[in-house]
Amino acid sequence: MHTVSMRLITIVAEPVLADRLTHDIQRHGATGWTLTEGRGSGSRGTHAEEVPGSAVRLECVATEEACARILGELAERYFPFYGVVAWVMPVDVVRGDKFV
Amino acid sequence: MNEILRTNLLSPIVLSFALGLVARVIRSEFSLPKDVYAGLSIFLLWSIGLQGGAELRHASLAAVALPAAATLVLACATPVIVYLTLRRIGRFGTADSAGIAAHYGSVSAVTFIAATAFVKSMGAEAEGYMPTLLTLLESPGIHIALAIGVVNSARGSGRPLRETLHEVLTARTMVLLVGGLLVGYLMGDANWRVVEPFFSTKGAVFRGLLCIFMLEMGLLAGERIGDLRKVGPFLIGFGIAMPTVLGVLGVWLGTLAGLSVGGATVLGAMAASASYIAAPPAVRVTLPDANPTYYLTLALAITFPFNVLVGIALYYRVALALAA
Repeated sequence: MHTVSMRLITIVAEPVLADRLTHDIQRHGATGWTLTEGRGSGSRGTHAEEVPGSAVRLECVATEEACARILGELAERYFPFYGVVAWVMPVDVVRGDKFV
Repeated sequence: MNEILRTNLLSPIVLSFALGLVARVIRSEFSLPKDVYAGLSIFLLWSIGLQGGAELRHASLAAVALPAAATLVLACATPVIVYLTLRRIGRFGTADSAGIAAHYGSVSAVTFIAATAFVKSMGAEAEGYMPTLLTLLESPGIHIALAIGVVNSARGSGRPLRETLHEVLTARTMVLLVGGLLVGYLMGDANWRVVEPFFSTKGAVFRGLLCIFMLEMGLLAGERIGDLRKVGPFLIGFGIAMPTVLGVLGVWLGTLAGLSVGGATVLGAMAASASYIAAPPAVRVTLPDANPTYYLTLALAITFPFNVLVGIALYYRVALALAA
């Protein structure tokens, strides 16, 4: 089956940011996203965990440029203030036109 | 005072809270399912709103105007008093001071319910329109505190204040309380009588479900008891002294505005209370530099238990003295 090379960006963040983040990634050109709730611990430990709610894991497949814009926004508006981590992986997807 | 305290401590509400607290301290696996907790809080808030709306029909505008004005004065004064006390005396940073001020500016609905139930058990029932005052007190305080924090903070979260305003005004608490007031007012007496046995805050259903909710409140408070060591002696003292000051101020303003002993007590309890449902997420998003351990421990593990166990009885005693 024909596949297209794309990027998968995964963002794990504290719960209060869920709506802002989904809004932001769409603004930067992501066509869809998946959000799951979970538990975990990180270097921010207490600060991020204490306000009630489950941590969120936000995933989306997007172009390399869109992922770069999203990471740029995260670095500017979120990393200094909140418990947020993000990573990008190369993925091969079918129906590549769904993601641009 | 001893007699008043004993009546309060042996009420089912307080005993349920105490059991929840003990259950967490002895590390019982007991907990209320998250959805049950959410469902109960919706029922309690919706009931308060509906009942308030139904009773508002029987109050004249002239009777409500002065107490409403007193409530707005309290709503504006509370966050400023808390903020300045923490900045000047406690030497806390801008974000922490404003974050804590937002919690005291907002109202704990459960403290309101506990106070209402207490004054009724003392035979000094509060005015029926008290839920209207609750909604007036709920919103301005938290906004003023957040605004102080954002304006004075060198490092903002970059989030427009408009978004926070929208979030707080459309939060579950506000929709259920304000919506309930409207629906209760519009439905009229005949309709209210049909649903009254279920929703009435004086009824058996409401009181019983409140006891289950208080179990969970005890669990939540118990979870934070370990954090008392982290917040230090100043904040522990603050969590008791501040509600006392605000409570007495509320009782005094309420009495001046012509509220009954019961009404003034409930207004005092509302002013003294710190929110733990609406305020924490709003503060976390808007003032990320404020330490959540401080505001959550203060609201849940110090001020809430203090008000429920001792504070409400104290405000009642003050209201009695002022009325005499």
